[in-house]
Amino acid sequence: MIEARGASLTSIVDGVRAGSFGAREVTEQFLDRIGRLDGALGCYLKVDAEGARRRADVVDAARKAGRDPGPLAGAPLGIKDIFCTKGVETTCASKILRGFVPPYESTVTARLEAAGAVSLGKLNMDEFAMGSSTENSAFKPTRNPWSPAHVPGGSSGGSAAAVAASLCAGATGTDTGGSIRQPASLCGIVGMKPTYGRVSRYGVIAFASSLDHPGPFGRTVEDAAALLEVMAGVDPLDATSIPAAVGAYRKAARAGREGGTPLAGLRLGMPTEYFQPGMDPEIEGGVRAAIDELGRAGAKIVPVSLPHTKYAIATYYLVCTAEASSNLARYDGVKYGQRAQNVKSLEELYTKTRGEGFGAEPKRRIMLGAYVLRAGYYEAYYGKALRARRKIADDFTAAFAQCDAIVTPTSPTPAFKLGEKTTDPLQMYLADIFTVAADLAGIPALSLPCGFSKAGLPIGLQVIGPTLGEEICFRVGGAYEARTDWHQRLPPEVA
Amino acid sequence: MSRITVEEVRELAVLARLALSEQEIARMTGDLDAILDYVDAMRELDTTGVEPMTHAVPFDCPLRADQVAPSLPVDEALANAPRREANFFQVPRIVPGPAGGGGEEDL
Amino acid sequence: MAIAGGAGPSQGPGKTDWEVVIGLEVHVQLATRSKIFSWSSAAFGAEPNASTDPVCLGMPGTLPVLNRSAVESAVRLGMAAGCNIRTRCRFARKHYFYPDLPKGFQISQFDEPICEGGAIKFRLKGEARAIRLTRIHMEEDAGKNLHAAAGVSFVDLNRAGVPLCEIVSEPDVRSAEEAAEYVRAVRTLVRYLGIGDGNMEEGSLRCDANVSLRPRGTEKFGTKTEIKNMNSFKNVRDAIEHEIKRQATLLDRGERVVQETRLWDAARGVTQAMRSKEQAHDYRYFPEPDLPPLVVTELEQIALRASLPELPEDRFARYTGQGGLSAQDAGVLVADRETAAYFDATVAAGAPAKRAANWVINEVLAQVDDPRALGEADCPVPPAALAELCRLVEDGTLSGKLGKDVFGKMWSERRTAQEIVAAEGLAQVSDGGALEEACRRVVAAHPEEAARFKATPKLMGFFVGAVMKETGGKGNPKAVNEILRKLLG
Ligand SMILES: [Mg+2]
Ligand SMILES: [Zn+2]
Repeated sequence: MIEARGASLTSIVDGVRAGSFGAREVTEQFLDRIGRLDGALGCYLKVDAEGARRRADVVDAARKAGRDPGPLAGAPLGIKDIFCTKGVETTCASKILRGFVPPYESTVTARLEAAGAVSLGKLNMDEFAMGSSTENSAFKPTRNPWSPAHVPGGSSGGSAAAVAASLCAGATGTDTGGSIRQPASLCGIVGMKPTYGRVSRYGVIAFASSLDHPGPFGRTVEDAAALLEVMAGVDPLDATSIPAAVGAYRKAARAGREGGTPLAGLRLGMPTEYFQPGMDPEIEGGVRAAIDELGRAGAKIVPVSLPHTKYAIATYYLVCTAEASSNLARYDGVKYGQRAQNVKSLEELYTKTRGEGFGAEPKRRIMLGAYVLRAGYYEAYYGKALRARRKIADDFTAAFAQCDAIVTPTSPTPAFKLGEKTTDPLQMYLADIFTVAADLAGIPALSLPCGFSKAGLPIGLQVIGPTLGEEICFRVGGAYEARTDWHQRLPPEVA
Repeated sequence: MSRITVEEVRELAVLARLALSEQEIARMTGDLDAILDYVDAMRELDTTGVEPMTHAVPFDCPLRADQVAPSLPVDEALANAPRREANFFQVPRIVPGPAGGGGEEDL
Repeated sequence: MAIAGGAGPSQGPGKTDWEVVIGLEVHVQLATRSKIFSWSSAAFGAEPNASTDPVCLGMPGTLPVLNRSAVESAVRLGMAAGCNIRTRCRFARKHYFYPDLPKGFQISQFDEPICEGGAIKFRLKGEARAIRLTRIHMEEDAGKNLHAAAGVSFVDLNRAGVPLCEIVSEPDVRSAEEAAEYVRAVRTLVRYLGIGDGNMEEGSLRCDANVSLRPRGTEKFGTKTEIKNMNSFKNVRDAIEHEIKRQATLLDRGERVVQETRLWDAARGVTQAMRSKEQAHDYRYFPEPDLPPLVVTELEQIALRASLPELPEDRFARYTGQGGLSAQDAGVLVADRETAAYFDATVAAGAPAKRAANWVINEVLAQVDDPRALGEADCPVPPAALAELCRLVEDGTLSGKLGKDVFGKMWSERRTAQEIVAAEGLAQVSDGGALEEACRRVVAAHPEEAARFKATPKLMGFFVGAVMKETGGKGNPKAVNEILRKLLG
């Protein structure tokens, strides 16, 4: 029997596939942990124990019958509540979608289940993925397993916290401005945002369509790689999914572990704009030390410049709010979700349903998005942002002429306290300062643990690759992980 | 200098179909003003001749073969409707507006 | 008031001579099997909400995937109208809140439509017209709202996501009648191409009109109104006619036209301003992030161009040129693809063009409510059968009158002309011997009239009639005439 706490997803899968233990056994262990520990953390919005047991039994039956139980056999997963799951309530942590039971399954969750993964339930998040702390969930906050007074980051805070606390061995998330990498960093685990279109968005509730990147969380780089291998691939239901073969991510993660200098021949770029005076000294210290370690692993560290970095947050907020205001127009109380009571007219149905159903952050973004798309403002704001976005992406193209991957901090600070930034939306937006550019450019970026602050909060290293360069991110991440033990540290258990 | 007025915020709320309390309007005006002030730093960036980036990874639109697959059973299509009447979604009486697609019929 | 479409005369002093300026937006439903962005059936007539899927219902997380057949139809329509086809175009979101619009936006095209330029060509009172097009773009249809009496409305989303082409004209139309003919010409084109059924009553072809007046000879456009809800050609003509008069009355009185959307109320014969609060729109268009740019390569364009049928205007030129038909006959024949194809097949089966045209226009079309029935495999009188009938009339076996009777029987009894002629002994008696025998009997029976014939030649009618009676109507009138002239002369 495996010890669920701290177990990696790949070790569980290997055990289930080898018949060392059953998927059902693993599932029960994780369900038990969720039952005991999640009350204090608030990771899950819905635990689907019955469904999990059913899926686990299917895996065990397949193995016993001599059939291949799948590359993720028995992997206990948490699913961010932004992924539509057929027959299981999906709310996007919004009151407006309360009670919504999709009659369809997202491509990602369908692929994971087909690979033998066992979904345990739906994870908390910022409402409609808008936020960096998971405090914007309409239902409850999620706490950082390393310190319950601190946020887990967001928007995929439930996913990151659940993996860190071993309430699942892996999880799905979405990253629009940093929503996989920033919570992974704040919770001390691995999060991967792949190339835009590498993973299908079908059935993933849209926040900002041109920026939404579904991706995996894992305890280790290989865990994340193993999940991405199954999640990735062209999907006939998503016209923006890339028609290219999926890379050997797990192999790349392992390659980083081989030999004394597994990164020999690789050039890693350090963008000067990401290491500016005034940055958090603990973050700077942790990340610089990590980069030194990568140098010892054989990589050549070169300075690069991403001169338009300072426009990234502004560009991001213009693009994402415009798209969000459009994507959230469908929540009108007619076809699904909540509807305001006692309305006398259609106009009232719309305004009251939306006024009552959306929280403050979605409202703010809907308003800002409507503003920047208005006829007289489009060019000055949205049009300008699309052009700035191109310049930001071009920066990366130029940088990748000089290096194979870029290394930076993931988050400008370790986890902040609950309530610390909720009154100032701009401060919250700046939590994404190191992550948004890769979303705007659509390029892959991995976050992995690279140390702790004096207060015992995790620090994350970000590895950014060129378009479809997931393998290089995994290779660099795998090499660093093999030389350090940050990923083996576990947060305290608070029942 | 204020970049957005309370009146503009009210107009936007109508456009976005959001009922906002007076308190929300006031706070929204302040928040949007601060955000617009922040994003205004972009004005200094010269973007002349730069093609707008609408898609991160450029490729042509894939096309679907014109094939029919099963529809949702009516009960599934309507299962999530807050108000269902017979096999329809029910809403308060619509006063036809100019934006409609001409699909209006009296019963 | 003085309104003139086309070359109308200026009226008395003090009255402005108003020129009518009309631009039309026609929405054509494309008859694809599945919807433009998803897999449920696009067919008309399913039970309410029985033809939907998560995508066309606008369910969270669903995404559009473009239907190839819809693209091909739009390109072929653009080619038939002489448009410039963009090798690269894109989709945009158009936002407004309405219950029949599940996503709160319509996926349409905005700044880069698939087709630009071109013209719709037709004839108005014999005069060739070409109304220039601004553009043709692709978009998805909305659902339907049904208004119940009890303070509620119902929404049926079967139609949501049915592919549409929106054809936007330049303000080149100058009269209500021309507007109706333009819409008819669009329908003809759509039907020729086989991309839609163009049925206005069912809403598969819909027309909105932007109508304004300006003093003749001036350039600047007057304030326009947008007229909606015209669901027949007659509605288009009547509604615009009414709107022109309404605007002229206002302007003559020195009042102003208010820019607004007005609905045609066919029952009351008036246009009425919509009561909506939201007259001024802000659709907040932006490029659809869920669909990459659509590329239609030169090569694909060549293949699609090769698939175009002979178009109505080309057929018209062929009929009036080598076919020797009158413009009027040619116009009737080309109005429907099936009529034209029927005519062509009749000629191909050996019938002379002019005679075939007469038969088709006067007899065949009289038998069908909708000319499209002529394209059906079980048409009671196939073109070859009509050609055979033509030949029997041509060679004198049947008189023109008998021919028409035979045609009626052919249609109702589904028998060939030969069968009917043989079974009913209808062949004209042209055989000299038998006819001469009959003529002699008649002349012998009426000696008095025979004696008066020389002085009174119009008695010929009497004798012919008598011979016809004698032969039971089967005598060839021409031959009877000749024999009688010989006997009496
Ligand atoms: Mg229009
Ligand atoms: Zn339209």
